[in-house]
This record gives sequence, C-alpha cells and structure tokens, in this order.
Amino acid sequence: MHELPQQLANGLILGSLYGLIAIGYTMVYGIVQLINFAHGEIFMTGGFGALTTYLILPPGTGLWLALPLMLLGGVLISVIVAVAAERFAYRPLRGAPKLAPLITAIGLSLALQQVVEQFYPGAKSGRSFPQLPGGPYHIGSVTLQPADIFLFVAAPLCMGALAAFVGKTRTGRGMQATAQDPDTAKLMGINTDRIIVIAFALGAAFAAVAAVGWGLRYGQVSPTMGFLAGLKAFTAAVLGGIGNIYGAMLGGLVLGVAEALATAYIQEIPGMHQLGGGSWANVWAFVLLIVVLLVRPQGLLGERVADRA
Amino acid sequence: MSACGSRGEKSSASGDAGGTTVTIGVDAPLTGPLSALGLGIQHSVELAAKIANDNKEVPGVTFKVKALDDKKSPQEGQQNATALVADKSVLGVVGPLNSGVAQSMQQVFESASLVEVSPANTNPALTQGEKFETEKKRTFKTYFRTATTDAIQGPFAAQYAYTDLGKKTAYLIDDKKTYGVGLVGAFQKEFTKLGGTIKGQDHIDENNLDFSAVVTKAKAAGADVIYYGGEYPQSGPLSDQLKKAGVTAPVFGGDGMYDPEYINKANKNANGDFATSVGAPVESLDSAKKFVADYKAAGYSDPYAAYGGYSYDAAWSIVQAVKAVVADNGGKVPSDARAKVVTAMSKVSFDGVTGKVGFDEYGDAVNKQLTVYTVKDGAWAVAKSGTYAG
Repeated sequence: MHELPQQLANGLILGSLYGLIAIGYTMVYGIVQLINFAHGEIFMTGGFGALTTYLILPPGTGLWLALPLMLLGGVLISVIVAVAAERFAYRPLRGAPKLAPLITAIGLSLALQQVVEQFYPGAKSGRSFPQLPGGPYHIGSVTLQPADIFLFVAAPLCMGALAAFVGKTRTGRGMQATAQDPDTAKLMGINTDRIIVIAFALGAAFAAVAAVGWGLRYGQVSPTMGFLAGLKAFTAAVLGGIGNIYGAMLGGLVLGVAEALATAYIQEIPGMHQLGGGSWANVWAFVLLIVVLLVRPQGLLGERVADRA
Repeated sequence: MSACGSRGEKSSASGDAGGTTVTIGVDAPLTGPLSALGLGIQHSVELAAKIANDNKEVPGVTFKVKALDDKKSPQEGQQNATALVADKSVLGVVGPLNSGVAQSMQQVFESASLVEVSPANTNPALTQGEKFETEKKRTFKTYFRTATTDAIQGPFAAQYAYTDLGKKTAYLIDDKKTYGVGLVGAFQKEFTKLGGTIKGQDHIDENNLDFSAVVTKAKAAGADVIYYGGEYPQSGPLSDQLKKAGVTAPVFGGDGMYDPEYINKANKNANGDFATSVGAPVESLDSAKKFVADYKAAGYSDPYAAYGGYSYDAAWSIVQAVKAVVADNGGKVPSDARAKVVTAMSKVSFDGVTGKVGFDEYGDAVNKQLTVYTVKDGAWAVAKSGTYAG
C-alpha cells in the first residue's frame, strides 16, 4: 500500500483536469439545457492557442514568464471559438427541438477537430508542448512535477473565482435567475442572451486553463485530445449533478481518484486480476457512474437547484 | 495490355520490344497517415521492375507495376486483391503494410493461386496459423514475407536485455492489441527462460494519455527494464512520464517504437531507451548502399522509408520466380504461370538489399536478422545487430 499517497495524488491531478473542463458542460447545461458536445474541442483549441502564443514569443523566454501569456492566449482563442459557436451554431436553433442543437454540437466537434488537423502545421501527429523547468518535488513518498503544482494551484483558484462571481456579482445572480426560469428572468429585465454568451465564455476559459495544464503535464497537444477528455469531463459533470458548478469539480475529482485507484488495486483483489490495470480504468470509471446514478439519479450534488448557474 | 496506374512506368517499359508483359501488383496505403511507408513500398517495387527491365533479367519479359491504395483498410485491401486477381498479366503482388489488411487478402490470392509477398507484416499467425505457439501449420501457400516476425523479435530483445545489458528484472506493459500482446508474450517467455524475473505487468488504453497510475505501479515494482509492446504514439509519452516520475530503468520496445517520432513524443526523455527492428540497418550493407544510390538516381518524390529494402527484395523474389518459370518453359510465359510461380517462390534464393533472401516451409523469410537500436543524443543509433538463433 506504500504507493497509495502517490496514486491519490495522480487521481486528484487528473480529477482537477476533468473538473475544470466539466465546469463548461455544467454551466451551459444549467442555463440552456444543452449538452455542448463541442466543449472537448473548445478545450483543444485552448491548448493550441497557448502553444501558438508560446511560439510567437521571442525564443528563449523563460517559461515561468511565458506561462501567464500562454494562459491568456489559450483563453482568448477558446473563448472566441466558444462565443462564435454559440452565436452562429446554437443561437439560431434556440427555439428548435432539443435534438437539433445536440446534433449541431456533435457536428461542430468533428468540424473543429478536422480544421485544426488540416490547417495547424504539424498538428496531425501532435505538437510537443513546452515544459516547465525545475522539479520534480518530493513530498513524503509523493513525487510531483511542476505541471502538477500548476494544476493544484489553478483548479481551486478557478473554482473560488467562479463561486465568487456567480454568488456575489450582479451578472452572476443574473445567471442563477436565468438558470431557474429564463422567461421570468427576462421579464425582470435580465438580458438572457448576454447571460448565455457569458456562460459559454466562462466555460471555455476554464477549459483553456485545463488545456494548458494538460499540455504541461503530458508534453503535447493534438487535435484529438478533446475527445476522450471531453467525454470524461461530461461524465464528471453528470456524476457531480449536471447544472451544479461545485458538483462538476467534485465529480471530476471523484472520477480521477476512482480511475487511479482502480488501476492500482483492482488487480490485487483475488480473482479480479484480469479486470484490473490501466486498460480497465475507463470501465471502472463508468461502473462508478452507473452505481452513483442508480442510487442518486440527480448526481452527487444534484439537489442544490438554487446554486445552478 | 494491362491498365497500368503507376508513375514509374514510363521508364520501366523501355527495355523490351515485342515480349510479354508481366505485371507486379502493389497493395499499400498510398494516402493517409501511413502513406509515407506505403509510397516507399510502391517506389521500391518500381525500382526493382526498372532494374529487371534494364538488365534484361528475364529475356522476353517486360515488368510493369500496378499500385493500388488500400487506405490501411481490410475492405479496400480485399477489393484491391480481387482487382489484381482479375488482371491476367499480374503474376505476383507485393504488400500489404498492415497485418490486419493481409488477413482479408490471403484467401482471395489463395483461390487464384496468386503469389503475395509482404515486406512489412510481422504477425506470426499470418504464416504459421492461429496456434503458431503450439502447432505450426501453414494456412496459405501463396503468402510469403520478407519481414521477420514478432515471435523472433521479442526473444531477441529479451536476450539483449538479459545478456548484453545485464538486466535481471523486467516490468511489462502493453496496449492490449494483437501486436503488443504478442510481442510482450514472446519477450516474457524468453526472459524468464534465461533466468530473469518479471516484477509485474500492466496494460494501457491507447486512447488515454494519462499513464500516471501505471507509471506509479511500475516505479514501485522497481524493475531493471520496462518492456513495452505497442507503437510510438503511446510509448513516447509513456517513456516521458516514467522518467519524470523518477524511473531510471530504460524503456525497451519493438519495431512499432523504432521511429523518430518516438523521440519527439518523449520530450527529450528518451535517451537510453531501446527498440528492436527487423533486418540489418539498411545503410550498413553493401547491397543496401547500391539500393539507396539507385533509389536516389531514379528520382522518386518520396523516400524509401522503413520498408523500402524489404519491398525491393519482395519484388525481386517475384522477378526471380518468374525467371525460373520462364526458363523451364523454353523462354515463354506458360499459360498456368501463376501456379508455377507459387511453386518457384519456395526455391528462390539470392543476396538482396536486406541480406540473404529466401523463404522457409511456412513462407517466412529465412533471414532472421534483427537490430537493436538505442536513443543517443536525441537520435536512434545502432546498438547491436545480429541473427536470432532460437
């Protein structure tokens, strides 16, 4: 069991990534009841945006200096993509049956993937991402990379900022109102179109932060990186209770830890050797999802409807 | 006389007037992500046909090349096989690149008694049947290959790791695909036979890039070497994550890892890693130097890539078989040439680009040459080349 602390850390880091992406799914769903399947690709464009920023900086720029600019560049690109997607792909279908925007989202997801693959130089086989200098750091029996530290700082920071924004600001309260009842909110003078755009933009910004964390941790970005990451984040959002921003983060962390522990320990249960190891991690993650939904169909934090944003 | 879609054709039709035309078919992925390998196969076969014509290797016969694109899909491969069978001038086919495509083509060629020589398939089951580990049985008498199989590659790696590097313990990781599982199984068998210990085994999901949980287990196991069965898109990041977590043991893999992209994807953390690949390093053989020079002189638009030498040898073995058949028939191509070429293939023997070329009773290459490469200063370098003795 001496690897338990390290496996927990692995799970929490992976979970922070899932959670940051999941916020985008949950915010959009909470407000317009749309499952934005293109969100995984918006996450991906954030990664390429950050990489592009790094490439146009003068060579030799220290990465700690470049990091804020890369974050800014990544956020900028993914927000532009998300807002454009909302404006041109989803808004015209606002009154249409629910299936229409869902199919649009899937189409958009494929389109974004193909566009990056075709037009970003060298994207086909994946581009390598700059690495943070320093590390690894040893805390007890746990080894952490600089990228892991980045995620451990960025995830709670983003979460706190979002909670403050939704709870304390006028726009945030407008979001809560729109989530509860869009028609009444409109009658109360809230510009719901603007609120929806802000929800898309915020989700995209957090996804871009996650994409930078992904690039730093895995050393590369590729056009297909958003597919599985998006699917996992969507799972995390459902697990935590879709529509609830705290649920998204909690769902992400639970999912990440479950994957890490399943990889490490399922094999050691007598008779389960064949069903353990890294290739089964996804299976156990989804088993967990099914079990949670059987017991709590609304997800872990699903009943706090008032906090939906 | 045959519909011919090959670009190298204009030069290859020069040598002969009024003779018979024999077509060598090519099936490989000529578009898509693996097209670099496929185009190398096509041009190397074209080069073989051109040289055979220029030297009048088979008097009275002119060779042509007909290349079809399988887009690495088994369905496309089967359609191409049917098309090649329908063209009566085709007496032999070089290809395909992928073992999965080969499976769908074998029966078509078998029914038509048309020879197929693959320059790149490494799956042992293609020649020795599904139960190749216990009872070897040749399944298709028309299928041959110039590449060495995984059943030899795994043990060769095990011997190098145990004897040459002195690694006594290993941790095994694979991607759960046919190639990876087979390679790791073959490695494990030989490694334990030599006296080594397997400290543990795990599998990864090839769609996932987060290997941290597996990496932590491998680190805790503390083995001397990590053997990986799979391809470079996964093993590169895996090596990177292992080294970052503080694992000092090298990563060792098969020919699916022997690619410059592996070093890229490992983010400068690949130094000291190993990979085996089939054959001798092309640049080291005298016969290969001539091939490289001829290829350059012919001015093809794409490089000969990883399987160029094997493709040239595959095409040349067909040329030699046709030569034997024509000589037996008094200088003419007989009417049942296809069946006769199949019989002649098993007797082919010559010194090719990659060494001695010939086929054993299963259709496998007799040349069991393999090379271990290691990453040195960010590039692959030869560590050891040799033959597997069993």
